[in-house]
Amino acid sequence: MGTVFSFDIRDTGGDADPGRRAAVEAALRDAVAWLHRVDAVFSTYRHDSQISRLERGEVTVQECDPEVAEVLARCERAAEETGGWFTARPGGRLDPSGLVKGWAVERAALLLRAAGSTAHSVGGGGDIQTAGDASPGRPWRIGIADPLRPGGLAAVATGSGIAVATSGNAERGPHIRHPRTGEPAGALASLTVVARSLTEADVWATAGFAMGPECLRVLEDRPGLEALAVLPDGTVRGTSRFPLLAAAAPGPAGPGDWRQALPSALGQQ
Amino acid sequence: MRRAIVTSAATVSGVVLLLSLKPHDQSASAAAPITSGGGTGTSEGGAQNGTGSSRATAAPTQGGSTSGKATGGTRSITGDAAGTRYGPVQVRITVTGRKITDVSVVQYPSEDRRDQEINSYALPVLNQEALTAQSARIDAVSGATYTSDGYTRSLQSAIDRAGL
Repeated sequence: MGTVFSFDIRDTGGDADPGRRAAVEAALRDAVAWLHRVDAVFSTYRHDSQISRLERGEVTVQECDPEVAEVLARCERAAEETGGWFTARPGGRLDPSGLVKGWAVERAALLLRAAGSTAHSVGGGGDIQTAGDASPGRPWRIGIADPLRPGGLAAVATGSGIAVATSGNAERGPHIRHPRTGEPAGALASLTVVARSLTEADVWATAGFAMGPECLRVLEDRPGLEALAVLPDGTVRGTSRFPLLAAAAPGPAGPGDWRQALPSALGQQ
Repeated sequence: MRRAIVTSAATVSGVVLLLSLKPHDQSASAAAPITSGGGTGTSEGGAQNGTGSSRATAAPTQGGSTSGKATGGTRSITGDAAGTRYGPVQVRITVTGRKITDVSVVQYPSEDRRDQEINSYALPVLNQEALTAQSARIDAVSGATYTSDGYTRSLQSAIDRAGL
């Protein structure tokens, strides 16, 4: 996938609890191995990945790892739920990447959870799955990159156990295509979806980005999903409950413009 | 190949590990590094709730030749200049014992006024993140950017060179 993954585990127990620490470290190694396996199986950039071979008709779904069938079934469900705006075949070629990244990260986080960690954040290519809080009583604060000002933030989403996925063209250039026309989508600069499950957030970020500004109305009616869209002219629009997630980011460092811009920008619908 | 940096913060315990799966513009022979965070967590005064405090990063680096300068227990090490779409990013870390006590930016994209505007506040945010998870106002960023990528790469190469 050519992307960077990060693990931020806040409850390793430290030196005070070596047993717990060992368990979490073992889970971390498993999670890393898992991501390598996902890359080997699902990468569309790798000629020898199962997805590439499946697309060329060299193998059947049954001959692939069981995760391939699982992902394809999830893609089908995602296509139904999004009215066809999500597709595992953007431009006609098999490419479930719009779901795989979020799914793989969410599953990596579940490995940590199974090892007893209840406060961690796992990120991959700008999509983030959190569990619990960043520290006792302090929810995670996830900055949402401003697609028009590289390095800047458009907003900060805060919450416990939230998943945040962002689709846009800023990081990799145009890569999301309209599922029907195959043309690069471009009516939004970026779309961020906040959910409990990163798989779901990733699907809706991909589908909603292809859909354009209209997606906010669709997402408004989906329980458990909130969204923030940045338009090409810099206008920021969110679902009506997004401000509940949005945090002003206090702190001495940095100028205050993006912090102050947040509430007013979100108030415009 | 094991690269880990462990630093201390007051109350937060964290392990951060970065790995890069094969970038698609590289040949398949470049082995993707597998790294494991953790190691020897140290905790400092102020640690609460029995949480040892550690933060580890690991990421791939290119080779480099800058060497660290030792001054007493404090060293400063300069990372590789990491190329980004907007220009090179290069950081220098100050290490006391096994702890990173400061991160400064040696080089960042500043070709035009807009870039300077971006970096004048983006880099302090990143610096704060690198120094301590506890005081960072942002735990992570969704929809990451080139500059932050370059920052991470340069930071990692400095960490590797510091032998942490």
